[in-house]
Amino acid sequence: MTLKHLIALQDISAEQITEILTLAKTFKEVNQRNIKKVPILKGKTVANFFFENSTRTKTSFEIAAKRLSADVLNLAISTSSVTKGETLIDTIRTIEAMKIDMVVIRHGVSGVPHMLTKNISSNVINAGDGMHEHPTQGLLDMFTILDKKKRLEGLTVALIGDIAHSRVARSNIWGLIKMGAKVRVVGPTTLIPRDIEKMGVEVYNDLEKGIKGADVINILRIQLERMKKHLFPTIREYAMLFGVNTTKLKAAKSDCLVMHPGPMNRGIEISPNVADGAQSVIEEQVTNGVAVRMAVLYLMGGGKANEIIN
Amino acid sequence: MKLLIKNGTVVDPANKKEEKADILINNGKIEQVSKSINSKDAKVIDASGLFVLPGFIDMHVHFREPGFEYKETIESGSRAAAKGGFTTVACMPNTDPPIDNQAMVEFINMKSKQVGLIDVKAIGTITKGRAGLELAPIGELFKAGAVAISDDGGTVMNAEIVRRALQYCKMFGMPLIEHCEDVNLAGDNTVNEGYFGTMLGLKGIPASAEESIVARDIMIAKDTGGRLHLAHLSTAGAIELLRWAKKQGINVTAEVTPHHFTLDDSALVNYDTNYKMNPPLRSKADVLAMKKGLKDGTIDVIATDHAPHAELDKDVEWIQAASGIIGLETAFPLIITELVNKGFLTLSEAVKKITINPAKILNLEKGTLSVGAEADIVIADIKKEVVITEEFFGSRSSNSPFIGSKLKGSIEIVLKSGKIVYENK
Repeated sequence: MTLKHLIALQDISAEQITEILTLAKTFKEVNQRNIKKVPILKGKTVANFFFENSTRTKTSFEIAAKRLSADVLNLAISTSSVTKGETLIDTIRTIEAMKIDMVVIRHGVSGVPHMLTKNISSNVINAGDGMHEHPTQGLLDMFTILDKKKRLEGLTVALIGDIAHSRVARSNIWGLIKMGAKVRVVGPTTLIPRDIEKMGVEVYNDLEKGIKGADVINILRIQLERMKKHLFPTIREYAMLFGVNTTKLKAAKSDCLVMHPGPMNRGIEISPNVADGAQSVIEEQVTNGVAVRMAVLYLMGGGKANEIIN
Repeated sequence: MKLLIKNGTVVDPANKKEEKADILINNGKIEQVSKSINSKDAKVIDASGLFVLPGFIDMHVHFREPGFEYKETIESGSRAAAKGGFTTVACMPNTDPPIDNQAMVEFINMKSKQVGLIDVKAIGTITKGRAGLELAPIGELFKAGAVAISDDGGTVMNAEIVRRALQYCKMFGMPLIEHCEDVNLAGDNTVNEGYFGTMLGLKGIPASAEESIVARDIMIAKDTGGRLHLAHLSTAGAIELLRWAKKQGINVTAEVTPHHFTLDDSALVNYDTNYKMNPPLRSKADVLAMKKGLKDGTIDVIATDHAPHAELDKDVEWIQAASGIIGLETAFPLIITELVNKGFLTLSEAVKKITINPAKILNLEKGTLSVGAEADIVIADIKKEVVITEEFFGSRSSNSPFIGSKLKGSIEIVLKSGKIVYENK
């Protein structure tokens, strides 16, 4: 398989997901070596365009590209408004004119990576667009589950919290369903977007019912400013109804994995005991993120999964 | 100079006429409509196999002048209108400055005459500066020639202002045209609230944003007896409310755009900003409700909401992209393809919604092929295929989601006051 772009898990097949996850396993091994660098993308240039603040995703992509020996360019651009000067497409074309090979883009507006694929010739990797998708997060979440549970098919995964505004939720839903898992979304009625059940998920508005019997729970970050949009009355009430603590976690299976894409609001959507507890794989998600992104970059560079990496 | 249109099928719903007939035009007016007219000194247009219709009236266009001439001007808009068969249009006042005083109405009228292709009428604002805070000089606007008032592009959120404006307009018999969208419910959201918006991560405008204002204004119209016209309805619930209001005898009319009876929100999957419009494209069920509302007469008018935008307004991030599409030149082919050929309307019923019905709402002596009327006439071939390309458009902008479509229904010749203003060559 070669991958021209990675925009959405909605667009790729179960076979492609399997190939990326298999390849990521090899790269995870590379990351555990003493010398973590392989010369696969030597001479290639990867440009990280981050139009939104991000620490973990940007760093993760940067490390992934560097471990593959690519040259990495980090561009943090605070504004994308056409009224403030150059258009987004012009900005990216300008950098592309300096002969880069891959563009990693994070943008606050859904659909921007899709728009780039129509306007530039580099490979485009979506590092999160608006409320649409965050495909590498979806992949690293699946990788982490697979690593621990040895399968995805037949598992019950509950996504908890602000589903409406979450690109992580959408990528998880598409990916997990393609891989045969059952997906539930759990959250307040105001944060469950209309018609989401048509994506193939079950909807719950009660935390304990929603995680009952779950193999995995993935707790989403709640943006504190949502209160201003009347989506819930207070943070205190949100934490009371949807915050996961050790007592509520008992409703899930005893070996249920606890995940969180970060950054966490400790004491709000997740209690410190749960975040740091035995079931938590939150740090491993971060570790696995590098391997998964290496796999994606590798495939974009024209590599094949069955090639031996040495 | 005399002109004779021979051998065509005349469709003139205002006179309940649909028959083979010839039309003789003298001095820009219709002199005679009957079978086999012969005139030695008239120039003959052979309309064999073609339909002869009253010139179309579009009561909802944006010609962008003054203020946004890079998108459209009264000249380029008139050209697009003529090509689409529209001999009269009414311009919405959301220009810069807005049409909220007598001088602005006179400017539109003057430009219309200078261009001289079609009749461009002005719609004045309801409130000063379209700010929604105090009434515009409605009487002055009317005296200058405004045909309606509207703050289109936005809703007058203060119900008391709507009530007073509806009452006040009664003196002039002028309609108030409401853009129905509660600003709090719509927020800065851009698509229909539903599966596709959810999937694409684009925040939805709920149907209730439109329906709550439709309901509010219907009740105010009932209360005041004012003439209410509802612009570009898009939801099944809005049509249901309208149906109820008409049953009560409330003085309300409404329009729907060709795109809202043709396209649904599944078209958004590629984030193509030519599908971004306001109201947004709704669900398949809503599209069907528009067709049914047209069929049973609940919806009086088809209006284009012709909204030209340049590439630089559209070729940007989805959220920043301007809303709206051009519509004058695709309206007739869409009406034929989607409504007539699919059996929702007869040709005569369809023509009614773009001629006599809007004429009545705007108090215009137009929209008929009566003897003595201005010779505003469209000659069309409804079987002929039209291929929509970027070059197809006379408009200054080409923001149309229909580029690439093959439709049926070609405008062949358009006469304005007996003068040929468009000919398909």
